[in-house]
Amino acid sequence: MCLGIPGLVTELDPDGGQLASVDVSGAKRRVNIALLADEGVKVGDWVLIHVGFALARLDEEEAHRTIEMLEGMESAYYDELSAMGRSAAEPQAPPERVARQSK
Amino acid sequence: MKFMEEYRDRNKATAVSAAIAELCEPGRRYKLMEVCGGHTYTIYKHGLEYYLPGAVELVHGPGCPVCVIPMGRVDDAISIARQDGVTMACFGDMARVPGSKGSFLRAKAEGADVRVVYSPMDALRIAIEEPARKVVFMAIGFETTAPSTALTLQRAKAMDVPNFSVFCNHVTIIPPLRAILDAPDVDIDGFVGPGHVSAVIGCKPYEVVTKEYNRPLVVSGFEPLDILQSVYMLMRQLASGRCEVENQYSRVVTWEGNPRALQAIEETMEPRPHFEWRGLGSIPLSALKLRDEFARFDAELIYQVPGVRVADPRACQCGQVLRGRLRPWECRVFAKACTPERPIGTCMVSSEGACAAFYNFGRLTRPERLAEARS
Repeated sequence: MCLGIPGLVTELDPDGGQLASVDVSGAKRRVNIALLADEGVKVGDWVLIHVGFALARLDEEEAHRTIEMLEGMESAYYDELSAMGRSAAEPQAPPERVARQSK
Repeated sequence: MKFMEEYRDRNKATAVSAAIAELCEPGRRYKLMEVCGGHTYTIYKHGLEYYLPGAVELVHGPGCPVCVIPMGRVDDAISIARQDGVTMACFGDMARVPGSKGSFLRAKAEGADVRVVYSPMDALRIAIEEPARKVVFMAIGFETTAPSTALTLQRAKAMDVPNFSVFCNHVTIIPPLRAILDAPDVDIDGFVGPGHVSAVIGCKPYEVVTKEYNRPLVVSGFEPLDILQSVYMLMRQLASGRCEVENQYSRVVTWEGNPRALQAIEETMEPRPHFEWRGLGSIPLSALKLRDEFARFDAELIYQVPGVRVADPRACQCGQVLRGRLRPWECRVFAKACTPERPIGTCMVSSEGACAAFYNFGRLTRPERLAEARS
C-alpha cells in the first residue's frame, strides 16, 4: 500500500471529473486525480499513484526510473499491481455511476 | 538489484561513498535514521550499508505504517469485523498484522467477512454494491494515504452512503520523530526524511527537527543513489555545523507539499489527543480521527470496541527496532520464532518493515560482513 506507482495519463474524463485512465506498466487503470486539480493534469503526463489516487506529478525520466526500480522489487511490486488491477482495471463504473444504476 | 549492478551506477555510488568517507571526522561515529520503510527496503535490498564508511550507521525509523499499529487497535478492528453483517475492508499488508488473538486473516478463516482492497474507494464501492452489508474500511497509514481516505469520506457523504464507515488509524509523521528525539539518551545525528509522505506535507514541517532538536534532515528519493546522496548531504551539514531541512527529492517533493491533499485531510479529520504506537507508547496528537461532521461514518462511534491497550508480546522487540536501538538481527526472536511467514512483531509483516526487509535480503551474511567492514 505504501508503494507509489507511476502511471501515464491516457484519458481524462470528458466532464472534468475526478477520474482519469492511466497506463501502469502496460495495463489500463482508472485513478482519481482530484488531488492534482491545481496542476492541470493533461493526457501524456506522468503521475505518482498511491492506493488509487494520483498524489504528485512526475517527469518522464523520473517515472521510468521509478518503474525500473519497482520492477526490481519483484513480488512486492507485482502484488501491488495485481491488487490495483482488481481495484480499477475491471470495466467498473466509478462509484457515482454505480449508485445511479442501482437506484 | 539492477541499479547497483550497472557499472555506471556502481561507479557513481562508489564516488558518493568516497565523498561521504572524506566528510567523517576521525574518531567520530555517525548514526543516521531513515524514517521511511521504503528507504529501509532499498538499503537492505541494495546493500547500501556496504557503501558507507564504518563510522556511519543507518538505523531504521518508525515510517512503516503497518509496523506502528498497536495490538489493541488490531483487536478492536477484528472485534468490529466479527460483528453481524459487517464487511471489513483492509489493505493487503494489514490483513496479516497480528493482534493479541490473531490477524484479520485468521478472523476471516473463522468466518468474518474480511476483504482485501487496494483503495478506500473500493471499500466504498462494496458498500454501494452490497447495501445489505455494513462495510468498514480499516484506514491506516501516514499522510501518504490519509488524503485518499479523506476524499473517500467526502464522496461517501456527498452520495449519502448509509452502510459505509471508516475505522480511522491514520497517523502523522512529525510526532513520532519528536517522541524518538525526546528520549533521554537519543544518539541519532540526523534523519533521512521520507519521500512520499513529504509529497503531501512538503518539507516545511520538518523544521521542527532542525530548529527544536538541532538535527539535520534531508528528504530523500527511493533509489539507491538517492539515499547515498542524502547521506552525503547530511554528512556535509554535520561537517560544516549546519542544521537544515534539505530536499534531495525535489523531483517529486516541494517545500509546501500538496495543498489539496492537506486540505482534504483537514476537512475530514482532526488530531486525536493521544494515540498508542507499537513500541513507542502513547504519543500526544500523533494520529487523526474523523471530524464531527463525519461522525456518521466513524466506526468508532458506530460499533462497540474493547478499546483495551494490549501490551506487545514480551518476546517482541519491535519497539527497540522502531526507535533505532536494535538492528533487526539483534532482536531475540528474529528469524527464530518470528519470520515473515509467522510474524510475531509488525516489523516482520510488511516487505517494508525493517525485519522483513533484512530477513529477505542477505540476513545470513550481513552482520558478519558489516562487522568485518567496520573492524
